[in-house]
Amino acid sequence: MPDVNEPAALHEHALDNLRYIRATMERAGSFTSIPGWGGFYVGVSAAGSAIVAQRFTHEWRSWLMVWLTEAVVAAVIAGTAMWRKVRRSGNAPLTSGPARQFFISYFAPLVAGAVLTLVLARAGLIGALPATWLLLYGASFISSGAFSIRVIPVMGVCFMLLGIVAAFLSLPFGNALLGVGFGGLHIIFGLIIARSYGG
Amino acid sequence: MAKAARKQADEAAPRRQPVETKIPDFDRLIHEKTRLAIVSALAVNPTLSFNELKAILETTDGNVSVHTRKLEEANYLVCRKSFEGRIPRTEYSLTAAGRRALERYLSHMEALIKATRGRG
Repeated sequence: MPDVNEPAALHEHALDNLRYIRATMERAGSFTSIPGWGGFYVGVSAAGSAIVAQRFTHEWRSWLMVWLTEAVVAAVIAGTAMWRKVRRSGNAPLTSGPARQFFISYFAPLVAGAVLTLVLARAGLIGALPATWLLLYGASFISSGAFSIRVIPVMGVCFMLLGIVAAFLSLPFGNALLGVGFGGLHIIFGLIIARSYGG
Repeated sequence: MAKAARKQADEAAPRRQPVETKIPDFDRLIHEKTRLAIVSALAVNPTLSFNELKAILETTDGNVSVHTRKLEEANYLVCRKSFEGRIPRTEYSLTAAGRRALERYLSHMEALIKATRGRG
């Protein structure tokens, strides 16, 4: 404990206590087990899928199949990496309050994205899919980021910016932006999270 | 308006005590670092299990046990014990008294910062 008899020390001590309370509340109220390396590998996988899908932009069924397969692969990679990070770090479990709040706000826009994919595909509006996916994926990170580490909403904003651009482009260019987003952004933010937030 | 009321209150209040004499007013129970962290963590979670608290505080079983018991004795938190299959589970939550104690402690810290600002 600092010398509490000196006003300057007392001032610092009080500030330290407030910072400590705030840091504890942030740690206790956040879901921190975001897998950085998992994000990185999802990015690598998605970049590969974007390259493959680029060949099928004239044949929408195959193009869609490539990205739906990628979604399953990414979910498996991210889910496994998250589970391993929770076990390794001793962080709050996936069923803790902040984790539940994180997943509810993360999955709500993704469910909307899945339904819209079906609706748009049935209507033949395949060109709208890249923008829809990027916008809703970004929205899911902005909303779930309220319950997690600070870099998550930033990543969400980047995805949404790409989605806005994709909204004005045709499918071949939209597919390239999917590669930049699901590939590039995952790789960049995955590395940032892995370096700064324990893997 | 608010400024005038504050000025009036300041005039009505007894002469400001030296800063040092404010120390005994602190709630010593939650002034301790681990207990302050327990109360802070429970302030943003309706309940936390023993293991969750241990992970947040990055401390030992014994430490969590000792400090939660002290807070429980002061009626700052309540403890519920149950079984998940055959594994015992202990869950803690903050009482209204515990939440008020944290609010009081925060007000004390803010008052102290205001009182000592520019005096160092």
